[in-house]
Amino acid sequence: MSTPAAPSTCESAETVLDVRDLVTSFPGPNRRIAVVDGVDLTISRGETLALVGESGCGKSLTALSILRLVPKPGRIDRGTVRLGGRDLRALPVAELRRVRGHEISMIFQEPMTSLNPVVTVGKQVIEAIRLHERVSSALARRRALALFEQVGIPDPASRLDAFPHQLSGGMKQRVMIAMALAARPSVLIADEPTTALDVTIQGQILDLLREVRDLLGTAILLITHDLGIVNELADRVAVMYAGRLVEVGMRTDILSAPRHPYTQGLLRSMPARARRGERLTEIAGVVPPPGQWPTGCRFAPRCTRAFDPCARIDPGPTRLSANHTAWCHAVAREEGSPPAGGAPA
Amino acid sequence: MEPYLLSNAVVVALLAGLGAALVSAGRSRVWRDAGRELVRRRPIALAILLAYVAIGLLDSLAWVSGSSGGAMPGGDTVSLHKPRSAIDRLFPDDSYREKSYSAPLAEREFLGGAPLRHPGRHLLGTDILGRDVLYQTLKGARVALLVGGFTTLIVIPLALLFGVVAGYFGGRVDDVIFFLISTLASMPGLLLLIALIMVLGRGPVQVCVALGVTGWVGFARVVRGETLKLRELDYVHAARALGASDARIVLRHIVPNLMHLVVITFVLTFSGLVLSEAVLSWLGIGIDGSWGRMIDQARDELSRDPIIWWNLVSASFALFGLILAVNLLGDAVRDILDPRTLRERA
Amino acid sequence: MWAYVVRRLAYSLVTVLGVLFLLFVLFFLVTNPDDIARKAVGEKAPPQALEQWKKNHGYDKPRFWNREQPTDSMLVDHFRRMLTFEFGNSDADDTPIWRRLRSGAGPSLSLSLPLFTLGLLLTISLGLLVAFFRETYIDRMGVILCVLAMSVSTVLYIIGGQYLIARVLRWFPISGFDPSPAVIGRFLAVPVLVGLLSNVGDSVRFYRAVFVEESSRDYVRTARAKGCGEARILSHHVLRNSLVPILTQVVVAIPQLVMGSILLESFFGIPGLGSITFDAINANDFATLRTMVYLGSLLFILGQILTDVSYTLVDPRVRLE
Repeated sequence: MSTPAAPSTCESAETVLDVRDLVTSFPGPNRRIAVVDGVDLTISRGETLALVGESGCGKSLTALSILRLVPKPGRIDRGTVRLGGRDLRALPVAELRRVRGHEISMIFQEPMTSLNPVVTVGKQVIEAIRLHERVSSALARRRALALFEQVGIPDPASRLDAFPHQLSGGMKQRVMIAMALAARPSVLIADEPTTALDVTIQGQILDLLREVRDLLGTAILLITHDLGIVNELADRVAVMYAGRLVEVGMRTDILSAPRHPYTQGLLRSMPARARRGERLTEIAGVVPPPGQWPTGCRFAPRCTRAFDPCARIDPGPTRLSANHTAWCHAVAREEGSPPAGGAPA
Repeated sequence: MEPYLLSNAVVVALLAGLGAALVSAGRSRVWRDAGRELVRRRPIALAILLAYVAIGLLDSLAWVSGSSGGAMPGGDTVSLHKPRSAIDRLFPDDSYREKSYSAPLAEREFLGGAPLRHPGRHLLGTDILGRDVLYQTLKGARVALLVGGFTTLIVIPLALLFGVVAGYFGGRVDDVIFFLISTLASMPGLLLLIALIMVLGRGPVQVCVALGVTGWVGFARVVRGETLKLRELDYVHAARALGASDARIVLRHIVPNLMHLVVITFVLTFSGLVLSEAVLSWLGIGIDGSWGRMIDQARDELSRDPIIWWNLVSASFALFGLILAVNLLGDAVRDILDPRTLRERA
Repeated sequence: MWAYVVRRLAYSLVTVLGVLFLLFVLFFLVTNPDDIARKAVGEKAPPQALEQWKKNHGYDKPRFWNREQPTDSMLVDHFRRMLTFEFGNSDADDTPIWRRLRSGAGPSLSLSLPLFTLGLLLTISLGLLVAFFRETYIDRMGVILCVLAMSVSTVLYIIGGQYLIARVLRWFPISGFDPSPAVIGRFLAVPVLVGLLSNVGDSVRFYRAVFVEESSRDYVRTARAKGCGEARILSHHVLRNSLVPILTQVVVAIPQLVMGSILLESFFGIPGLGSITFDAINANDFATLRTMVYLGSLLFILGQILTDVSYTLVDPRVRLE
């Protein structure tokens, strides 16, 4: 894999975003299902945290919950989302709107449909500026132009008046990033920003995100299922499975020495690691659909190291080092601590 | 056969056909679930609609009674052998009529105060010719069912035929049919309707035919669009590769997948047709005995002093009740049969 | 784009010919000229009077093909005259149809234009309002009211409106028309109100559905993430993207405004084209009726072309080639 990310910040650096016990649920056939089931995240200033997992594990909804953008009939049931001391969940809507786009920005996966098709991209970026600052439209336009240059859009002056359908996917995503940075947020949430783009463009966007991090000092919450991207950008990594965190740690720890069986399985199954002629390894079984999760550890049915408490008790966090935690009974046993965890099933 | 008896036969045939369709739909789980969902969501609207259908059906079952029970003063012997429906028999025969207006449950005539022949028995009063208003209102149900049901019987097969043929075969055939559809669609609906009725005559059958001719175009366009989509589905390609004939593909693969549209359209156009008939009655070219005709005949009575309101109100509520029930059911049906939710439930 | 318009016009001409043919079939083949003549001249009229009437109104010619003069048949006549807007005289009272059209256009527009614009403003505003409050009580009440309003026949709105406003409250005259600007409003108030009421249920429901559908799109989510308030989202983002389905319903009706509403005009005594059509029904005036259907079709086709052109004004993705 290519150049690693810049040296990671350590925990004592200022915490910008602190999410505790976030629970977001959707109505199911019989009762509500917690699709995000008690997630804790912290991001420090200038740090990039990657939230990793397969499709459907709840990572996107976690991101949406931070900004209270969960679509109905979903609902955030529990938890606190502290941004610089304030709990975003407790804010009245008018204040939340001031936070959105200004202190925390978000970019989405599908640039094709995430931009208003009948308004020029320039106007949309200008809107992002003028929603949060009182500036004249002329000044806002100059700022938009500068942003376009910053994100690497060629011929920015004429592009300001272009409509989204006249731009390529990569260009649209750059516009999204420009829009997200327009009001100078301290946190940028990027929900699978490169998944819908061509491979060649992916690299360019990743470079751009790296610049954003390095030059502007913006903290980034990067949602992805691609471990290659994690390696390119992340300082810290959080792995999610079936609505819960299973392992959190520094990038080097997670990618080189993962402890949780799921993380280990993910890394083993990467095609890049396979040798020619070998079978690709896979994790046996399938992800259980929401609401049909087993009792105890949700990964237990697919886990090669499952033993007695795994099917009965939810594993609690096992602290492996200052920055590395895993939720697994097997890991706990290795560390010599008793199987910590929630109540038995 | 007398037109009256013919239309009775049509109503009974319609309802029998509907019953048969329901039975055959009941065999498929998707339709059964949809039906159950409909009952769950709109029990009241369904009950109201069934009440109307029951009244219409009762009014269509007519027979001649064996012996009349003594001569009636002023009645002629011919009418003794006229078939009378179940609704007719709820009311004593023609001498139930009064001379003219009377208010609901009144004992005396409205104009002049002479005592009525059947004091206190007219629950909704009588109209200018002394006819019982409740009786007329009940009979209007059958007309409404005829208008809605018979016309839809014309609309849906026409639209399916042209739409499927145009969508499936494409090319020249499609061009011709599409030209026909857009030509008809270019003619303003009400005006074309009026023109058709003026030209064809003002009888009930002609009115239904006119409504049908003006109504099939919209649905045909939708069918054509859906057929175009269905034609490109993989299993249709597969069937063709296996050598299935066009007729077989159309009948077994395309039409069944249009059924949900048929049901939705049927319910939604029903209320539109009944309302159109009311407008036609207003313009003088509707069907005799319909609520629209009652309203038309009653419109001047509001200007009388003291006003005569009961026949207008009765017909209005009858019309409103049916339309509202059908609209509510139509919404529910459309939601239930939405292809997205159908797929989820399957 | 002009190439597109020209092509559409050419196709429309073919459609117009189709319409004319259909009208020919209806009015000349299915109907019997003797019946029309008898209704116009009288049941007991002598045959010569009938023949003379038929001759005057062009009903005596052979239907398709005239052996002596190939272009002198009812078919050719019909096409030629309609395409040159030579409508002739009414079957009922022999007055030139054009004169009646000219006199009726003004009153029709004086009712239909205010009704149309007010209706549009009202229903779109209500639709936005209900969409703003979607999934709340206001929304649910709104939808129920719409369904109730839709289920009442226009006929009943007319009767009820006239009764309540003109008779009971006596705010406005019961019917009639006076074009002088000082009093014209008084005569139009009740018909406009009744017209608005009878359409509001259906239209608001439609607009609400369009707005709610657009509100679930991705770009709305982006706008929200930028910090846009719900009100701004509806008015700036959703409304602009909803214009295509709205225009589809709205623009097509504009040319036909001149035809007027048959119901409203006949009931409220407004001497517009709708009234003329109503009179034609009662008098069995096929010539006038024919003309009305033809004009209505022309205006509808024009409306369709205008609709397509209007899309280019609101949606930059639409290019008419």
